[in-house]
Amino acid sequence: MDWYVFTFLTQDGLTTGAIYALIALALVLVFAVTRVILVGQGDFVTLSALTLATLQAGKTPATVWLLLGGASLVCVKMLAAAAREGRLAQAPRILLMQMTLPCVLALVCWLVEPATLPGALKVLLSIVIIAPLGPVLYRLVYQPVAQASVLQLLIISVAIHIAVIGISLWIFGAEGFRTLPFTSGNLDLGEVSISLQSVLVIGIALALIVALYLFFGHTLYGKALRATAFNQRGAQLVGVPTDLAGSHAFLLAAIIGAVSGILIGPITTLYYDSGFLITLKGFVAAIIGGMASYPLAAAGAFLVGLLESFASFWVSAYKEVIVFTLVLPVLLWLSLTTHHVEEEQH
Amino acid sequence: MQRKLMLPLGLSLALALLGPLLLPDYQVTLVNYIGLYSIVALGLVLLTGIGGLTSFGQAAFVGIGAYSTAVLTTALGLSPWLGLLVGLGLTGLIALVLGMLTLRLSGHYLPLGTLAWGLSIFYLFGNLPHLGGYGGINNIPTVSLLGWELSDARDFNVLIWLVIAAVIWLISNLLDSREGRAIRALKYGTVMTEAMGVHSGRSKLVIFVVAALLAALSGWLYAHMQRFVNPTPFSINMGIEYLFMIVLGGAASLLGAIFGATLLTVLKQWLQDLLPQLFGQGGNFEMIFFGILIVLCMQYARAGLWPLISARLPKRAGGTPAPPDLDTPPLPRREALPEHAVLLRADGVVKRFGGLVANNNMNLQVNSGEITALIGPNGAGKSTLFNLLSGVLPPSAGEIHFRDQRIDQLSSRRINALGVSRTFQHVRLVPDMTVLENVSLGAHRRGHAGLLRTCLHLERGEEGALLAEAARQIERVGLGEHLLDEAGNLPLGKQRIVEIARALCADPYLLLLDEPAAGLRHLEKQALGALLRRLREEGMGVLLVEHDMDFVMDLADHVVVMEFGEKLASGLPHAIQENPAVMAAYLGGAE
Repeated sequence: MDWYVFTFLTQDGLTTGAIYALIALALVLVFAVTRVILVGQGDFVTLSALTLATLQAGKTPATVWLLLGGASLVCVKMLAAAAREGRLAQAPRILLMQMTLPCVLALVCWLVEPATLPGALKVLLSIVIIAPLGPVLYRLVYQPVAQASVLQLLIISVAIHIAVIGISLWIFGAEGFRTLPFTSGNLDLGEVSISLQSVLVIGIALALIVALYLFFGHTLYGKALRATAFNQRGAQLVGVPTDLAGSHAFLLAAIIGAVSGILIGPITTLYYDSGFLITLKGFVAAIIGGMASYPLAAAGAFLVGLLESFASFWVSAYKEVIVFTLVLPVLLWLSLTTHHVEEEQH
Repeated sequence: MQRKLMLPLGLSLALALLGPLLLPDYQVTLVNYIGLYSIVALGLVLLTGIGGLTSFGQAAFVGIGAYSTAVLTTALGLSPWLGLLVGLGLTGLIALVLGMLTLRLSGHYLPLGTLAWGLSIFYLFGNLPHLGGYGGINNIPTVSLLGWELSDARDFNVLIWLVIAAVIWLISNLLDSREGRAIRALKYGTVMTEAMGVHSGRSKLVIFVVAALLAALSGWLYAHMQRFVNPTPFSINMGIEYLFMIVLGGAASLLGAIFGATLLTVLKQWLQDLLPQLFGQGGNFEMIFFGILIVLCMQYARAGLWPLISARLPKRAGGTPAPPDLDTPPLPRREALPEHAVLLRADGVVKRFGGLVANNNMNLQVNSGEITALIGPNGAGKSTLFNLLSGVLPPSAGEIHFRDQRIDQLSSRRINALGVSRTFQHVRLVPDMTVLENVSLGAHRRGHAGLLRTCLHLERGEEGALLAEAARQIERVGLGEHLLDEAGNLPLGKQRIVEIARALCADPYLLLLDEPAAGLRHLEKQALGALLRRLREEGMGVLLVEHDMDFVMDLADHVVVMEFGEKLASGLPHAIQENPAVMAAYLGGAE
């Protein structure tokens, strides 16, 4: 391997590693707050990239109808609950809160010719369509079973992921998509040539990671979310609304997923079902962080990215095997070092 | 034979014998596939519904079973039976390694590990040399069994459903045994089982390996029935489908596995015909359907669909099992100890939780043939000390000795083996097992039958002795009338007494009782006091945490008072009652 290939592979590995880091952070975040292992995290990535690709092709993305449908179901559930509890006076407020954004987005997509939108607006529109899917997912699927065991929640996650890739195949078809690159420039540093695209991806990913760190470490609401993660009942007792916390964790996860989709779209060809492998690589990173540590998970993600990049150069057919086999030594290390005491069950 | 076994066994035997005679070709093939899926699903029921663990990687184990025999019989021309052995051996080995890596961690690492492993093995099947790539391996030979050549689907129909009948028999034998009770207790947490001397990690490993072996067996049958293998049926999606089968059917019952496998297979066939007519081609609409169906199932019928159906089936009378035969010779006991010998000694024990010091420099001694009471206000650190003494938590500093052995770094299981048995402040019974079964968990270490003998029910002599011992202890604590009641249905006070019987089943030298009298009525408290006095006379040492002062002062030979994690006073009951520091602690500064 020569110097050129080496720098290319390193760059490639760091770029995808940055995406995996974002995915890993979202997984750790959602798990910490809701105990849900969000297998569908990668699906936010593909849905947002494919939505952008559809917009760039000048067509209306069907994900907006998915959002409209999901939000309507949430509304029906909330209205039914309000009716049962005799709070029907709240109906207009529920409708307003839940339906405004989806309806506005649907109107925009319906009235505006996508081809006429400037590139940045297409990106923004994709993110704004995908992000609310997070809370919709939480309210429809997870909130009714918030007390279920981690294992039951995991089975639900897998089931909903299977449904989502079915829907994704239906609306996007089986062929792969790649979105337009943000920039095609290169940064020449002597013998090393760095693509601006990579710099942009890594930069935005790092910025997001720092923003999350500041949010959780230095804002009251971030701390409240962490408290929920630590002890749900305790947080509830001191006035943290835990249902809202779950919904917001899913919103954050969906935003992170949507942004990741925009970032990865120009680098990799994505198919309707690519999300699963993306999630799993995020998992490998999150497992390296013991499903609890944000910095370790991020470091693990870069390791996964590099490993994948170099493996695809040397033994392309085995690159997935190598990445997933990395889990084994990590699990061994975890199982030798952690003294797991189960929580008291009441 | 147990009555609840009659339906599943009858069903599979009927399908084995009558299926090939009565069904048309298409249905025979369908029933074969349902059977192959059912074998995998039965393993998953043991693992998930009963053991509380989950795997998404069962399809990969099926693949190992199928590919092992495919390679050995085609490339090397060896016997399919050797293929079966190698497939099972390889699968067992992989499951063992994977299990040992993940089972010590919290519950979600195993499914995540199997997800990653299931994906890896799928790519390996497609890419390893000599496995035929994604095209697969052709011309796998047929199997012959004692001169019976299994050449078509009808032959396999017989074999597959005979195998299922055998699997059902073996699994229910396993569940109805000492090992089985340890497995059934797993999903309620391992603190209790470990304290009863059960090696819970081993139980988890056993069910994971058994489930993997069943999957490999299904793979072997598949390879010789199809006479062709390729990677597709062993993908992670199939692994997920196996799990869906038992979630849909009913994860905790053997019939639920077969019902779920049938439902999913038939529904899938039907939807694959129907949905494209409604929504057009080019979709995979049944995936959307099944995904949503599973979510709804988890939201509204978490136990699966089979329990809903079986609740409507007519109940047959006489379903209760017979109580154990009390004339069975008793189990061997530990050698007796001299009276008033030192059993347990704690010296300078400290326990910190982060910045909180729950126990500070605690000293304590318990002698044989004496009742020592540990009292103190709420939050004084009594339960923490109990957990340190019984090995549930390791102390931060200090030493604990039991007889002449240092035990502060031992696990609760090892401490139980030395002769220390305990109850819990928050009752830890397995609610869906009978009182008899719960109590016999305490005698776990007094049985020795291995897995194979258990599955074949060759350990009935030992089993009878264990159950008889449990029944005697239940009689002794005065709960004889509740012998065969489900433990979860008893009032809380009686559940505490069940815990005492369970602790006694271990034939301990030292009994640790955490608030045994809480929730008892007056007469029940008197009976408990009488029982503890009898145990004292027999030479047992008792350490008691209790809030009821009358009860304690009446009973105890020695009282230790704790406050703020430290020892406040110790001595004879009447001296403690007059101790001004103790009165201040209890009455809030009586000066």
